[in-house]
Amino acid sequence: MSGFDKVVTSYADAMAGLKDGDTIIAGGFGLCGIPEGLIAEIKRMGTTDLTLVSNNCGVDDFGLGVLLQDKQIKKIIASYVGENALFEKQLLDGELEVELTPQGTLAEKMRAGGAGIPAFYTATGYGTPVAEGKEVKEFDGRPYILEESVTGEFAIVKAWKADRYGNLVFRHTAMNFNPMAATAGKITVAEVEEIVEPGELEPSQIHTPGIYVNRVIKGNFEKRIERVTTRKA
Amino acid sequence: MSLNREQIAQRVAKELADGYYVNLGIGIPTLVANYVPEGIEVMLQSENGLLGMGPYPTEDELDADMINAGKETVTAAKGAAIFNSADSFAMIRGGHVDLTVLGAFEVDQHGNIASWMIPKKLIKGMGGAMDLVAGAKNIIVTMTHASKHGDSKLLEECSLPLTGVNCVKKIVTDLAVLEVKDGAFHLLERAPGVSVDEIISKTAGKLIVEGDVPEMSFD
Repeated sequence: MSGFDKVVTSYADAMAGLKDGDTIIAGGFGLCGIPEGLIAEIKRMGTTDLTLVSNNCGVDDFGLGVLLQDKQIKKIIASYVGENALFEKQLLDGELEVELTPQGTLAEKMRAGGAGIPAFYTATGYGTPVAEGKEVKEFDGRPYILEESVTGEFAIVKAWKADRYGNLVFRHTAMNFNPMAATAGKITVAEVEEIVEPGELEPSQIHTPGIYVNRVIKGNFEKRIERVTTRKA
Repeated sequence: MSLNREQIAQRVAKELADGYYVNLGIGIPTLVANYVPEGIEVMLQSENGLLGMGPYPTEDELDADMINAGKETVTAAKGAAIFNSADSFAMIRGGHVDLTVLGAFEVDQHGNIASWMIPKKLIKGMGGAMDLVAGAKNIIVTMTHASKHGDSKLLEECSLPLTGVNCVKKIVTDLAVLEVKDGAFHLLERAPGVSVDEIISKTAGKLIVEGDVPEMSFD
């Protein structure tokens, strides 16, 4: 690496420095737009006591779900989980802690974390179990709860294209949480389908500016689909 | 006769107005998209980051990068926009979505809704439901009027953990259309052949019945 060149060529280099007890912010919605190779590398490394911040936790044998197999996850902050049996078992056995967070609040926690905003008020969750123990404040007669933002030692994201400087472009709804996650890591790693030279991406079309991204690696993606739904041609 | 799922969706679709941005939840609400009235244009918002959701793809169009909030493969409609999750919930929380339709376990006469958690059963999470009920201008709930054991789902006060407070404006059940205001359910329409007495007997919360209650009509 030199100058602004963020490209690494091995997964070991991509995830170097990850240690037990770290918090990882992950992009993805279900199995759509997930950094498949980076997740596989975390599994290979065997890092434990991880706190994961991600909308979902994958399925039994794919996505973040694979990190459950060797009990690498201590806690997950997510909006919707339980698409896998292992998750349910570890939760019921008390081996896994879950902090269920409304999806929009989760996105905003990442966005705010990356933007240097420690907390924000939202009406979402007021009067529900989500509000328990949180400060309530009224604005214009409506009650809001105080939610704290999140950051992590690492953020792992999946993009469509990157240039060597770490500028990222996402494709279709594989964008989802990835742009916010990318801002919220002390070290942000992007696994991408294609790496191009600086100048090849149109500057005004870049979704995530390279300042947020520390490492870029070209991945090979299976892109598994969780629910194939089609109509007749 | 009580309404079936398709008929509930068909009745909800009459609440759509031209130019509406609409978020449809999973289950019966999804079916509403099949009954958009002639001459009306609506745009469907899917909270994973798609405004202008189209139909399911053909086999040839199938794309792993193109899904809806139910994680089903979809297409983008003409004029669609795709954006990140923070932007998606900014438009939801900021009150820019005209109508949200979602299912529920219970609704009470104050417009509180419980739709995501049954204690001691597996809890999967609220997804985007809490943001949607906190932010949409208008919220319609679809559900059966009573459980299969006959317990009313329209209550004085919800018994299950809440998804949101004072937010449900209208309910379309298999038996009736009701408005929620001023701390009571107001009976607006009844399903064809369903008596007002049956609706009264299956509504546990405060129910206001005024004058002759018309039957729903289906074209």
